[in-house]
Amino acid sequence: MPINENKEWKPLIVAFCCNWCSYAGADLAGTSRLSYPAEVKIIKVPCSCRVNPMFILKAFERGADGVIMCGCHPGDCHYSTGNYYARRRMTMLFSMLDYLGIDRQRTRVEWVSAAEGQKFAAVMNDFAKTITELGENVKLGDLRCKKQQD
Amino acid sequence: MQKTAGLIKKRALELLADGTVTKVLGWEEGDFIYDVTPAFFDKETIDSLVFSSFCGSNLSKYLIKACKEQTEGKILVFLKPCDTFSFNQLLTEHRIDREKVYVVGVECKGMLDIEKIKALGINGVTKVIDNGESLNIKTIYGEKTCERSEVLLEKCTTCKSKELVVFDEVLGEKAENENSQDRFAQVAALEAMTTEERYAFWQGELSKCIRCNACRNVCPACSCMKCVFDNIQSGVASKSNADTFEEKMFHIIRAFHVAGRCTDCGECSRVCPQGIPLHLLNRKFIKDINELYGDYQAGEEAGSRAPLVNFTFDDAEPSVIHERGNS
Amino acid sequence: MYYIEKAKLSELFSKIAENRSLYLPVKKNGQTNFAHWEEGTEYCDDLKTVKSAKDHFFPQTESLMHFKTEGKKIQINQDKIPDEKTVLFGVRGCDAKSFKILDSVFMSEPQDAFYTARRENSVVITTACSSPDEACFCGVFGVDPADPKADSDVVTWFAGDKLYWEAVSEKGEALTEEIKDVLSSSDEKEVEEEKARISEITKLLPLNNMSLSAFGGDKTDALFNAPQWDKLSEACLGCGSCTFVCPTCQCYDVRDYNGANGIQRYRCWDSCMFSDFTMMAHGTNRPTQKQRFRQRFMHKLVYFPANNNGEFSCVGCGRCVARCPISMNIAKVIKSFGGDK
Repeated sequence: MPINENKEWKPLIVAFCCNWCSYAGADLAGTSRLSYPAEVKIIKVPCSCRVNPMFILKAFERGADGVIMCGCHPGDCHYSTGNYYARRRMTMLFSMLDYLGIDRQRTRVEWVSAAEGQKFAAVMNDFAKTITELGENVKLGDLRCKKQQD
Repeated sequence: MQKTAGLIKKRALELLADGTVTKVLGWEEGDFIYDVTPAFFDKETIDSLVFSSFCGSNLSKYLIKACKEQTEGKILVFLKPCDTFSFNQLLTEHRIDREKVYVVGVECKGMLDIEKIKALGINGVTKVIDNGESLNIKTIYGEKTCERSEVLLEKCTTCKSKELVVFDEVLGEKAENENSQDRFAQVAALEAMTTEERYAFWQGELSKCIRCNACRNVCPACSCMKCVFDNIQSGVASKSNADTFEEKMFHIIRAFHVAGRCTDCGECSRVCPQGIPLHLLNRKFIKDINELYGDYQAGEEAGSRAPLVNFTFDDAEPSVIHERGNS
Repeated sequence: MYYIEKAKLSELFSKIAENRSLYLPVKKNGQTNFAHWEEGTEYCDDLKTVKSAKDHFFPQTESLMHFKTEGKKIQINQDKIPDEKTVLFGVRGCDAKSFKILDSVFMSEPQDAFYTARRENSVVITTACSSPDEACFCGVFGVDPADPKADSDVVTWFAGDKLYWEAVSEKGEALTEEIKDVLSSSDEKEVEEEKARISEITKLLPLNNMSLSAFGGDKTDALFNAPQWDKLSEACLGCGSCTFVCPTCQCYDVRDYNGANGIQRYRCWDSCMFSDFTMMAHGTNRPTQKQRFRQRFMHKLVYFPANNNGEFSCVGCGRCVARCPISMNIAKVIKSFGGDK
């Protein structure tokens, strides 16, 4: 069944989730039968610090309207310090995107633990709402990745 | 300047003669005064070594390869104050071997930009005489003059320091860094714009990019053996500017990869054939780092830990970006 | 010969643009490049555009075809051959000559359909160089900046407060016929004076007397292993500035992009200075920068003439002299092989 059944525009959101906390948080949201938008596509990464800036840009290139990165709460990283590095990197990168004139609300970092299924669903709902209000991302995509309307 | 040029040549000859160094890295004379080329010299070729107000190029990157090839003796290199920061940064990253290099620091009053001279309508330049304050320019259309301060290289108008941070000896007279403008003024001006204005500004600038890679190849911090953009298997290698996204991707990643390691030597903007102010990307990172993680100048101190491979437990959350004033 | 007042240039441009698309040098964000003329666009008379005029016939990127696969079926859609009627105004003599050089690459068999179509659909209007600069050495390659009629359809001169206009080919005559309303007849006096003035200046150009006797199609053995290459290539950064601003460089790469609407096959400029140029399964055949550097100049001064009746693949525009980050350029190469005699 196509997602856009009623042809109403829905944003495409990419969420990078770390294996140990946030992905488990998403899992918990699922098993707790909490709902969050189907437009959120989760990409599991070993640790939030695995997220290369290129991943974020690639997601935008291929048509993402918003990108969110989730990891363990600072201090709780499975590898002790990975998310501390990720925190600096993503701050720098998202600040640069803002500097280049990309709406700053399109990028976000949230810390979600394995026990926070509630928070995961709430964050995704909120982020999807923000992106829906912002509308389609036209500033950072590659035109060749936009589906032509038949 | 004339005097410093004489000192440099004399010193190079002496150091070659007494065996302190086996080769010299400096600038070679061109057809016109402004087209000097970085080159290695030995006793036979040292005659064509020059130094002038157009020696803006940063020689430190050439030492990466030269150090690998150097088996015996030292290489003499002439570094201006800003170049010494790059040298230190390369030392920090273990790309060059301090033991193999003899650094002669050359004091600098700011280097000149031939493009700016031409932009004043001075065409057909064959010779430029630098009087310290003004320039006497010989052209095929007669003699012209202009003020030195109006044709400084972009990087020299916002000189970060006249301090030599690493050297074995120093030549020339120390210059004062008094007329230099605020390095972050342009970044701050962009930050003060609205998102749409910033987008329009960068769209206009980055769409000029022809992907010649000059900014990357000249950068002393870009010293990867193989760049991700040259690797066909990376999935992002592309020579084209088929879509504006590719320039953005390239320039964001280029600037990000040197964030915290960039000494702000300004070479990227100097070499851009399309005149894109690339240093404004690097400076944005430097400004952010200074504001969020404390003042840091890459290359000021050999061995210092770059901010993006470092952290503290109470670093700012990424949400600080969302909480900034304008939108 | 005709003329139009300089002040009325925009009338000329809108007249030309009535039936054809007009491209001319325009300053945008501080840099002059060829761009499409629309009402209000201002012509920039800078001596040289940053990128050469070759873009117009051989764009930096162009789509060749799209294809989609479905199971074992493949559907191929060839991109449309361009049919836009165009006029290029303000081309310098050096760039005009470069079109002839590109023609011998793209219009000899097998012909390049995209290039040929663009070339045939366009009229080239050259403009004499009123103030050549020190980096110019087009005289070495037989270009006359005072009267660049050799490779153009219409030649123009800016002299006094007028633009003089002379059609020199059939295409040029046809265009002149179309726009005659805005032009007035003139004698050749002022143009002759301007030509003489420019010729005097070209005598002063420091690089304009280089000799090419060391180069040519039969010089491969003499030059390939010459010791000079080590020194010349020493500082080369391996960027593509020289290649991408050069009017005669024509190497390209063909690549595929997998987007949302199938796969696009496009071609884009490539540079022999890049480490991944002509990369093959076994790696690159020119692993050192010296080899890549040598290739560029040997191609222009030896291999190209060997295959094209002695025609060199350089027009002396001097863009590489102005743009190389480390100021190494073809003039220095020519000189180091005895060209300054």
